[in-house]
Amino acid sequence: MSDIPAIDIRHITKIFGDDPDTALALLKEGKSKTEVQAETGQVVGINDVSISVARGQIYVVMGLSGSGKSTLIRHVNRLIDPTSGEIEINGVDVLGMNLDELRNFRRTQIAMVFQKFGLLPHRSVIDNVAYGLEVRGVGKEERLAEAAKWIVTVGLAGYEESQPHQLSGGQQQRVGLARALAMNTEILLMDEAFSALDPLIRSGMQDELMVLQRELNKTILFITHDFDEALKIGDRIAVLKDGELVQEGRPEDIVLRPANAHIEEFVADVNKARAIHVRSIMSTDANVEKCEIAVPYSSRCEDVLPLFAEHDWVGVVDEEGNQIGYVTAKGIIKALAKHQSTMETTAV
Amino acid sequence: MEPFQIILWLVIAAAFVGLIYVTARQAFSGTITLVAWLGMGLLTIVVALYNPISGDFFPEIINTRPLRFWVDDGLEWVVRYWGDGFEAAAHPLLLLLINIEKVLLAIPWWYMVVIFTGLAFLATRRAGLPLMVAAGLIFMGMMELWEDSVRTMALMIAATITAIIVSIPTGIFMARSARFRKFMVPVLDLMQTLPSFVYLIPVVMIFGPGKVPALIATIIYAAPPLVRLTDLGIRMVDPDVMEATRAFGTSPRQRLFGVQIPLAMPTILAGVNQTTMMALAMVVIASMIGAGGLGYQVLQGIGRLEVSRGLFAGLGIVALAIIFDRVTQAFGKRLQARIGLAEKVS
Repeated sequence: MSDIPAIDIRHITKIFGDDPDTALALLKEGKSKTEVQAETGQVVGINDVSISVARGQIYVVMGLSGSGKSTLIRHVNRLIDPTSGEIEINGVDVLGMNLDELRNFRRTQIAMVFQKFGLLPHRSVIDNVAYGLEVRGVGKEERLAEAAKWIVTVGLAGYEESQPHQLSGGQQQRVGLARALAMNTEILLMDEAFSALDPLIRSGMQDELMVLQRELNKTILFITHDFDEALKIGDRIAVLKDGELVQEGRPEDIVLRPANAHIEEFVADVNKARAIHVRSIMSTDANVEKCEIAVPYSSRCEDVLPLFAEHDWVGVVDEEGNQIGYVTAKGIIKALAKHQSTMETTAV
Repeated sequence: MEPFQIILWLVIAAAFVGLIYVTARQAFSGTITLVAWLGMGLLTIVVALYNPISGDFFPEIINTRPLRFWVDDGLEWVVRYWGDGFEAAAHPLLLLLINIEKVLLAIPWWYMVVIFTGLAFLATRRAGLPLMVAAGLIFMGMMELWEDSVRTMALMIAATITAIIVSIPTGIFMARSARFRKFMVPVLDLMQTLPSFVYLIPVVMIFGPGKVPALIATIIYAAPPLVRLTDLGIRMVDPDVMEATRAFGTSPRQRLFGVQIPLAMPTILAGVNQTTMMALAMVVIASMIGAGGLGYQVLQGIGRLEVSRGLFAGLGIVALAIIFDRVTQAFGKRLQARIGLAEKVS
């Protein structure tokens, strides 16, 4: 059961326009998005994208505006229906649902946070947070108690009776987040949830999301145009361009081995020490004795760097605490620099 | 027309068609095109003034007299056979109007002043508007216009209530169905632009002169803005909010009553305000067919060349308009501020 992906999107294609079938046939013949648009006037939003999100993962879909990322996430709860393809959530075919089943699915299985918040301006904060439960049919007392709990969790205690327009952007998005979390669903969709916020507030919200995720262990599909954000919170990242999947993998796969020039452009500006996990560059010489200090294998280079002020060797341990390798200052610098130099050669 | 005239006008018409063509093709720069249009207009006016055609302004293509007979006979038939049915159907309207009138006239004048002043205070939480409302009502009483004012008020309130009952569901349905909207927009245009006498005549023929035709005419004239603004208000609800509520699995009914109508409320209230104003604008015409009230005083003033009677009754209508306009607007603004769509009431 547990090896079924939480979200499984297979070969989704979405064509906007009044005659999607003709355009779909042309796409199958191998024509490009621009050719199809020139010939039929139909806009290809997403072209044959497949992604699979394992349970408990934060999966980031990254792309610039117009890349189709927001269209893609809307397929998961069928705010948009695909032209072709399959979508399964926990093994259940979403596209086969009728209207009632779909409503029930949205009420109980999946919650969403929006870039523009989408709060109900005529309701107080607590009524906004309780909205999903109200739609589900939960009694007033129960849903208000649940909502109050989540308002405290997202740090808005004391604002329960405020109206959304009295709050700052960051606070409004906390309401949006609390509203989604109050649904207590396993899957959370976040569509550019932090993109409308100021950089400092955004960074704070990212940290809080990761702290929350450690407790809640939800499956989160996160959309962003910000590569740094993707690297910071993503367990896996998919990069979309012009409606097509360009590269998919762990953050360091993308930083260390960008699939094409488009992704290299993103990589050029990122903090690689944050992107690269120690596990992907550690030496695994089995004969090395146990190091004085060790970090978990999910640490990133930037977490390890301060330790080299005192130590020459830093061990890397797995979940059980067994040392599975080690890193040195030299090794890390090499990893970061090696990457830099390949960047420069490809850029020339 | 003489042959010379025919040729002259044919040449001008041909030049005009040519001008349309070059304008559509954007063959010349904007300035040249504009000058050409002005020249064309001037030429047409000059030729028309110095070389007018005479008589026979439009040739008879078909004989339309049967169509007129058909319309007139049809209405007569409706009046003869369906008149009673229409009257029975409109009876609730009459009851509504009579009872509102009865209640309003049964209230002592000072209590009425208290009611309206209180509502004005609730709407603005300031002294200005309540004072104005009280002054307006007392003015009407002192000018011996109290009973007429109350009858006019009753007509307006009855028309507004009926318009609300009919218009809001119509507007909601328009917002949800593009096809229905396509059908309704010209109907609403017709209701607002057709001179009211055109439908007053058949309505009076069916119901006979009295309160009911006056009320119906007022409703026809006053309902369209409320329909339009309800439709607009529902469609203007932030699409991001609508999408968010869809994502939570709401049913269309939950969205309509929980989100769309509450968020459209300020716009709908603006429509109610428009409807009250349009209803007041109809009172003089309505009084011609037996509605009574302030409009009747104005009518009498005109008939007897008593300027004072017309003037004071007219000022009474203005006072009523100001009271209802300001109070409903203030309530609308309050509501808007509460849901954060506008700045606080200033």
